[in-house]
Amino acid sequence: MNPSMVTSPSLFSVDGLVGVVFLINLVITIVGGFIACNSERLVRAVAGLIVCFIGVAGVYYFLNSPFVALMQVLIYVGAVSVTISFAIMLAAPEEKKRVGPAGPLVGPAGFATAALLAGGFSVLAVRTDWKVMAKINDGSIKTIGIELLTNYSMVFELISIVLLIAILGALVIARSGRDN
Amino acid sequence: MSLTLLNVIVAVVIAIAFAALNAAYLVWAERRGAARIQRRPGPNINGPFGLLQPPLDGIKLMAKQLTIPGGADKVLFIAAPVLAMFPAIMSFVTIPFSESIVAKNMNVGVLMIFAFASTGSMALVFAGWSSRNKYAMMSSVRAVSQAVAYEIPMLITTITVVMIAGSTDLMEIVRQQSGSILHWNIFPVLGNSHNLLMPMSFLIFFTCTLAETNRAPFDLGEAESELVAGFHTEYGSMGFGLFFMGEYANIVIGSCMTTILFLGGWNAPLPFLGFIPGIFWFLLKLYLLIATFIWIRWTFPRTTIYGLLNLSWKILIPLSLFNLLFTAGLIKVF
Repeated sequence: MNPSMVTSPSLFSVDGLVGVVFLINLVITIVGGFIACNSERLVRAVAGLIVCFIGVAGVYYFLNSPFVALMQVLIYVGAVSVTISFAIMLAAPEEKKRVGPAGPLVGPAGFATAALLAGGFSVLAVRTDWKVMAKINDGSIKTIGIELLTNYSMVFELISIVLLIAILGALVIARSGRDN
Repeated sequence: MSLTLLNVIVAVVIAIAFAALNAAYLVWAERRGAARIQRRPGPNINGPFGLLQPPLDGIKLMAKQLTIPGGADKVLFIAAPVLAMFPAIMSFVTIPFSESIVAKNMNVGVLMIFAFASTGSMALVFAGWSSRNKYAMMSSVRAVSQAVAYEIPMLITTITVVMIAGSTDLMEIVRQQSGSILHWNIFPVLGNSHNLLMPMSFLIFFTCTLAETNRAPFDLGEAESELVAGFHTEYGSMGFGLFFMGEYANIVIGSCMTTILFLGGWNAPLPFLGFIPGIFWFLLKLYLLIATFIWIRWTFPRTTIYGLLNLSWKILIPLSLFNLLFTAGLIKVF
């Protein structure tokens, strides 16, 4: 590890403020995730999910890729969350009612797993020799588009196949049980 | 660093002030316009032409108690009106009012506006759900299906304009339309859009703006005759006020986007009028569009929810897809 990184910068220097902004994004993400997992009302869980997505978008923006950040907002907040809430409203599930028995991971086993995971990730994060990579391109929409259709065209095509399968699956589920 | 931070804070304060002022006086304009169309005087008592009506209404709303219905989800109930204002104010930050008046120009400006606009429907969902009122709930289901349906043709039409301009930078899109009225994207004559379907794109975009901002004849979300007041049935005092401000701020954003994408932004309609500052032209186009919004609202009756969804899925989406392919072909050929 670079020895200069060990001394934490002053809170009011530029680096310190940058760190604070990063931490704010992280806190937003984690708090959102917590609400999403722990609320009993489904709509509140969706609200938590949105907070979490916005935190992640903030991290992307912080990491100097506004395009990815805005796509995160557009797709995950604007489309996925709206679709989820739409499904919740159409289904109108019973509130404050546990659905099904709790799994085997509830209780001490769950805590142990969570602690193990958290410890493992912390050790990984601290022990890894993080390197600052050189900037590959300017991250503009044009560059991303060219990369997607040349170097990563395989990924692009695979994503479209995944989406096609999803649409077909939705159609099959929606049309089963209908006569015409 | 501190200077840019200060800039951002000043920009956000100005955006909030602009949104609030517009909301207040657009309500006045709407009431006066409605009155004129219905042959009655409208608010004309307080101040000259009733111009003091909006601040008085504001004071009245702020002085009222915020009541929360029993059994409502308090957190979401209070958060929803704030969420309704948030995307509109965020969008104001990146809108270029003239060559020099823009808070923060981004090279992904178009994307930024649509990303935040798409979060607006969540506020309606939370408002409708947390009120614990069946009318409000139905209203938010309608609002969401409407938002989902009209976002698609709107985004596709925007992509056509972005393809023609070759940029998602709002200022760049406006700069390419400079010259005269014939260079604007809506008219496929002299500018870089030699596409005969551009007037149709403009109409699609404008219709989608009407629908996305929940305006009549597409205001199914707050159809008074069926749903009391829709998602804001249970809201009084400033909660109601914030929803109204959000609605009018969204109208302003929609008109700004129409102006920028199709009507040449801050460009003068004729070259010899170029000595008048750009902000004047921008605001002129903006308020003409808003006047059209008000005019349409008091002229056309409300559609049905089926008519609304059919218009989007069966007419606007196929048309805009065809338009996209046609434009792509034209760009490839020429």
